[in-house]
This record gives sequence, structure tokens and C-alpha cells, in this order.
Amino acid sequence: MSREENYILEMNNITKLFPGVKANDNVNFSVKKGEIHALVGENGAGKTTLMKVLYGLYDKDNGEIFYNGEKVNLKGPQDAIDLGIGMVHQHFMLVDPLTVTENIVLGNEPRSGIILNQKKAKDKVKEISEKYGLYVDPEAEIRDISVGMQQRAEIIKTLYRGAELLIFDEPTAVLTPQEIDELFEIFKSLKEQGKTIVFITHKLQEVKAISDRITVLRNGKSVDTVDTEDVTEEDVAELMVGRQVLLEVEKTKANPGKKIFEVNNLKVSDNRDIPAVRGVSLTVRKGEILGIAGVEGNGQTELVEALTGIRKIESGKVKVRDKDITKFDAREIKRESVAHIPEDRQKRGLIMDFNLQENVILGYHDLEPFSRNGIMKYNNIADYTQKLIDEFDIRGGGMEAKAKNLSGGNQQKLIVAREFSQDPEFLIASQPTRGVDVGSIEFIHKQIIERRDNGAGVLLLSADLSEVLSLSDRIAVIFEGEIVDVLDASETDERELGKLMTGSTIDAGGEDSGK
Amino acid sequence: MLEVKIVENRWDHIKSMMTNFGISLLSIVVALIFGIFFILLTDQSPVTAYQALYHGAFGSFSNILNTLWRSTPLILTGLAFALPFRAGLINIGAEGQLLMGGFAAGVAGYVFTSLPGFIHLPLAILIGMLAGALWGGLPGLLKAKFGSNEVITTIMLNHIAIALTINYGINKLRTSSRMATPEIEPSAALLRFKEIPKHPIWGKLPFADIFTNPGIRLHMNFVLAIIAAIILWYILFKTTLGYEMRAVGFNSDGAEYGGIKPGKSMFITMFLGGAVAGLAGAGEALGTHLSFMSGMDAGYGFTGIAVALIGQTHPIGVIFGGLLFGALNQGGLEMQFAGVPSEIVNIIQALVIFFVASLQILKMYLRKRKEKEGVE
Repeated sequence: MSREENYILEMNNITKLFPGVKANDNVNFSVKKGEIHALVGENGAGKTTLMKVLYGLYDKDNGEIFYNGEKVNLKGPQDAIDLGIGMVHQHFMLVDPLTVTENIVLGNEPRSGIILNQKKAKDKVKEISEKYGLYVDPEAEIRDISVGMQQRAEIIKTLYRGAELLIFDEPTAVLTPQEIDELFEIFKSLKEQGKTIVFITHKLQEVKAISDRITVLRNGKSVDTVDTEDVTEEDVAELMVGRQVLLEVEKTKANPGKKIFEVNNLKVSDNRDIPAVRGVSLTVRKGEILGIAGVEGNGQTELVEALTGIRKIESGKVKVRDKDITKFDAREIKRESVAHIPEDRQKRGLIMDFNLQENVILGYHDLEPFSRNGIMKYNNIADYTQKLIDEFDIRGGGMEAKAKNLSGGNQQKLIVAREFSQDPEFLIASQPTRGVDVGSIEFIHKQIIERRDNGAGVLLLSADLSEVLSLSDRIAVIFEGEIVDVLDASETDERELGKLMTGSTIDAGGEDSGK
Repeated sequence: MLEVKIVENRWDHIKSMMTNFGISLLSIVVALIFGIFFILLTDQSPVTAYQALYHGAFGSFSNILNTLWRSTPLILTGLAFALPFRAGLINIGAEGQLLMGGFAAGVAGYVFTSLPGFIHLPLAILIGMLAGALWGGLPGLLKAKFGSNEVITTIMLNHIAIALTINYGINKLRTSSRMATPEIEPSAALLRFKEIPKHPIWGKLPFADIFTNPGIRLHMNFVLAIIAAIILWYILFKTTLGYEMRAVGFNSDGAEYGGIKPGKSMFITMFLGGAVAGLAGAGEALGTHLSFMSGMDAGYGFTGIAVALIGQTHPIGVIFGGLLFGALNQGGLEMQFAGVPSEIVNIIQALVIFFVASLQILKMYLRKRKEKEGVE
């Protein structure tokens, strides 16, 4: 590779081995000064490993790194920081009880004597904040501010330390759509000020929207580096997965049958006892997918928790097959053939320290053949787990591996495998593909459609509007805890939904019109 | 291919268990090395002191049996901490649960005067276990219903248990100047090994004579403690009940999603934990002292926390943790005879705990370094 003047970073033939895996296999990755460079690939393709090598968190087994044309040898993050490399981690490295300012200057504090010079620190934060349009409240404590603001604090921290090259590890995974837009504005302003940005993602729309160039990794190898304007989303997906991927969901028209699930005037409160779901009524029939579109935080989480027996219902009725399940607990609802993919797989969906066998029976562990008379039948569980691993193509270590060692996509497949293989008649899928790679998204979508075609009713909630639009047969729009309209999916579009979601045209009827 | 993978995983499992065991062993060695410094402070020879320690704990058949005897209550209080710990609870209350168990068993041991042994002994033990279980179950219930912090409630219940059993109970019931409840009926006593040679049934064993030394203090509660550890291991790893406890311990939100009631699991673990602590007390009352005696708890409830942590809160590991502390206690006695003050013996015990805890950090460091370097 030639060492041209305008490359700020060149990583040549980087190899990094882990027991049993080549996480990076002769990877080449070069970044031009002042560009926004997307590093994409499926989960487990080696993106994060490569960035950790760059940041000095991992020692590489082979390869060379040049920064501004000079060969460098990074022994730890401090070396990287000294060079001007900053990293915004997926899970923020912030101290909760400290203020935004204190977090930003931590480790490099302006002092008067031995005491932190609060005023100087605050001024510095304000200066950076204004220069790049990074709005933060310098005096707020981290635990009190939104995820978006925490991320901005992280960005300011890297800039405060003098970063010229900023690495973002899946920065949008934790953000709402609005916050994502704001982040991209920040990217643009950073670029205008001459900073270079590398961002790791597997969301193709984002790649198209913001990046200048794209490097694709697959199975630890660098597949290609392309100019964003020369490729389509489909091209990138194909590079990532190594085969053609259907970004569009293929499905036939729904053939709805009898009513299977009914919610009547449901009211639920949130953790602070404030009404979150304020009189929701819905009907789902067999063989159809009812999508719920809405900006996050409009009662979706509370609605799903109430329907699955985790949260208390204040008033209203929930019926499955005309059976009243309003007062049922989580276990009893599961026994009514209601399956549930929860929105937060790490908090709810899996016991991360349990292995695959133990996870694949969670919620069904007291049923035969997994146990009999309170005694676990681990032989049966092992057979069953192996069957699901094969059937759902769950990769990453086999049935004795812990769930936390799987990639996000495989964790989600594990949940889907568990919930779908019980042959549910009704399925509540909440953010079923959040933080999941393209190949797994395609797989999970296919599975949901297949369930529907086999006669199950599906309630789908997703922050991804295009997912709601492409999977659903009917779409209910939720705003401030109420259903503002129910539309036929084939007769609406993102613009109309977007308007309804933000409450700009509230229809007279809050009732479910699809009966 | 699949077979190979399973074998590999088993092997990994065994390897990580060996690493844990090795680290525990290493920490003991390091603690003993540091202990040399403290022994030197007392102008004694470390070599003599450690010889005494070893001889006291393992030097003779009787000494080994007495090591087992001293480890018995520690194994049980260790289990009382370990089981709730697996469900995410910190049971500081084993001390109080032990006292309640010991008191209830001691009283049951003398108030029933005309029961045959095969009824009286099991009854007294069960009453003791039940008393401990209720004393442990109460904070479990408060946690489940109101979210009360179990650390605080169990500490408070320790104080109440002391007041109830010793200050009030013994003073009310004692018939002599001894700070103890009246002596139990022979029908409620646990079999002591030194009685085996003269026992009508056990005495017929061909090797019965090996137990003739009157200095042997081991009694049957040691066997019950081992059985308790095995039963708790089985519950924890082989039953749906244990599955639910572990799920709650790792992630109670996830468990709740899976239809498990975290409160119920928490209550059951505390109830069972209290029951084994109660068994520790019952064993001391019915086997060691033949009455409930002031001071017989001897801090077992708190040492049990260290025992459980050394045993990685695994029921079988707890047995080894208990044996280690039993050996230190038993051998420490002989160290005192050799002229080392008992405080120094306590310091060496504390050093072991300290290094077991800090060497866990070494383990984390090793794991991290392995990750950073990869292989080759």
C-alpha cells in the first residue's frame, strides 16, 4: 500500500488471534484525513476487535499501523490518546454520580493547586460544546441526563483530550431516531472542523446517509473499501453477508381468521406511577401481523409488560381466545400459548450467565420433557438445545457456551428459537431485530412471517418504522399512551405514520377499526 | 464432532475448577508466608509454630477427626451464606439462625422426657432446623414483599436472637450456675464417635476400636453436614427450584420475564439457608455441648461467610472451605500450646481470607491478559 499524504491512518495486514478464532485476518484499513468512514460488517466480523487493536486495548499478532504516515506501536489507550485518537465506546465510560464537566476533565483536570478549577473546566467544556454544536448541561449529573446527552459528553471528552481521529463503536444502537439525526449533525460539524471520523455500524441506511467511504469486514477479513456514492444498500449488504440479501420483506397478503387477542381500554402506569398506557384497545386476528408504530417512550414498553404479565394492569381487559387473562402472571400467560420476544434481550430475554441449554428453556423449564416432578432432565434439554442450534443456526460455541459470549444477532436468534419452537398461537415481538446484523434480520423476519402464515397472530412493536411498515398487515399508531389511528399497512407510508406518531393529526376515533 | 466439543467443554469446565482450587491453595500458602512475619513478632520460631499447626490439625487420627468436628458448624453456616448468595442475597444472619436453631433443639432435647431415641433425636433436630429456617425465612419474606434490604434485617435479627436465646432464654430456663439450658436427655443426643466402641450396635463394627481415644469430639452432625451440602448441591443444580434460584441470582428481571417469581425464590433460599444454619446450632447443642450454651455460636455465622467465599459459594466447595477453617482452628489450638498467642492464630486465619479474596483479582487479571494477548 502506498503511503499517501492524505491518509491519517493506515492499518496493514492486521491479524489478531483468539483461542480458536482469527478475529482479524490480514485486515487492511485506511482512513483519509477529514472523512467520515464507515466500518461495517455482521456481528462477529471483527470490527470491534480491529478498533480495539487501534486503541491499544488489544496487542496485535501481526501487521503494521501508520498514523499520519509514521509507524506507531500502541501499548495502551494512553498511547492512542496521545497520538490524537479518541474512542466513544458503545457502553459509555462515564461515572454516574459526577457531573458532565467532571467526567469530561477526569484524568486531565485543570487545577488551582491541588483542587479542581471548576470554572476553568466549565469554560473549556462550554468552548468545545459551542464550537461543535454539542449541547450538554455542564452541571448536570450523568445519571440524570438522557443517553443522547451522555454520548455528547463522551464526544466532548475525546475532543477535550485533543482527538483528531474519533472512533465511534455502534453509536446509534442506544439512540432514538431523533437522537440519531442529531448525532449525524454533530458528525457533519466535526467533519467541517477538520476532524476524521470512523464509525462502526451494521445499519445500512446510516452508512448511506452519512459516510464518505465504507470498509466492509466479513469473517475477520477486509472484503473491500468503496466510495459510498458508488454503491447501493444492497451492494453493501451483499459484501457483508457474502450472498444476496433480501432487504425487502417478501410476504403474501394476510389471510386473517378468527380473533385471537383482544385488549379493551387498557390502562397501565409506569415506574413513577404516572399513567403510561391510557385506554388502549386492540384486536389481533389469527394469521395477521398488527404493528404498533410510535416514537419510543409513548407507552409501548409498559403496554408490552402489562400484556405479558410483568407489569400491573390498572384497569381494562386482556383476552386470549375469549379467555380473560387480565389477572394472569407471566407464567400463566405463557401457558396460554403466548410467546414474547422482549425489547431488551440482555435485561429480560436472557440470563446472560446461563449457558445456551439453560436459556433455551427459560419460561418452559417446569414443563416436560425439560423437567419432571421438579427434577431437571438435562439429557432431554441437551438434545433439544442441539436441535434448535441446528435449526436456527445459532453460532458461537455450542450449548455449553454462556449467552453473554454470543454476538447480539445470535443472542436474538436464541430467543426467537426458544419462543417460536413452542409453537405459539399468539406472539408479541418487541424490537425483534434491534442491534442485529443484516443476515439475522432477514432470518428473523422470515420466521415471523412464517408464524403468521401458519395461523398465529402477531403483535409487532418496533422503533424502526420501515420494519413496522414492511412486516405488518395493519398498523396501529400509538401516541402518549393512546392509539390514535389504525391503518391498513398497504395504504400508508412513513410520512403519514410519522405525522400521526408525533401527534400532529389526531384522529377523532381512538378505536380499533379493523374488526 | 459434537462429541468432541462436549468433551472439550467438560475439560474446560474441569480446568477452570482446577484453576479456582489452585488459587485457593496458593492463597493459603501466601497467607502462611506472611504469617511468618507475625509469628516472628512474638519471638517464636515459625517452623515450630507451623509444625504445631500441622500436627494439631492432621498429626494423628484423633486430631484429624477433631478437625472434622471443628469444621462441622462452619460447613453448615458456609452453606447458609452460599445458597442465598446464589439467588443474589447476602445472608449475614447465619449467626442468629444458628442461635435460634441451637436454642430450639436444646429445649426440645430436655423437655421431652419419655420419647425413644429414634423419635426424640430427629424431632429435636427438625425443631432446630425449623427455628433456623423461620429466622432466615422472615428476612426473605420481608425482602420479597417489601423489598427490605436483607443485610440490614438479618443483622437486626442477629441481635434479637442473642437477646431472645441467651439473655432471656437461658436466664429463664437454667437450673444451675452454668449459662446454659438444662442438659438434654440421652435420647436426644447425637452419636459421638468416642462412644462407638461401647455402643450396642455400632460397637460391633470390626474397626470400632479405632475410636477409643476419649479426646475425640467428632459427632454425627459432621455426616449430616456433608449430606446437607450434597442435598443443596442437588437442589441448586438439578432441580427446577435451583434453576429458578440461580436465574434470579444472575438476573431477576430476566427470571421474572421467564415466569419465575423472584420473591418466591428469594424466600425459599433464605428459608433453606436458615434451616442449615439451624442444623449447625442443633448439632452444637445436641452433639458438642449437650445443652444450649451461651457462647456456643463462637462467631460461626460470620466465619461462614469466609468459608462460603473460599468455596466459591458452591455447596461442595463449601465443604472444603469448612475443612480449611476447621483445620486452622484445630491446629491453631496446638500452635497456642507451642507458645504462639491466639491473636496471632486469628491473624493467620484473617490473612487466609484476605488472600483468597485478593487472589480472585489475580484471576481476573490473568483472564484479561489472556484476552489482550490472544493465543500464540
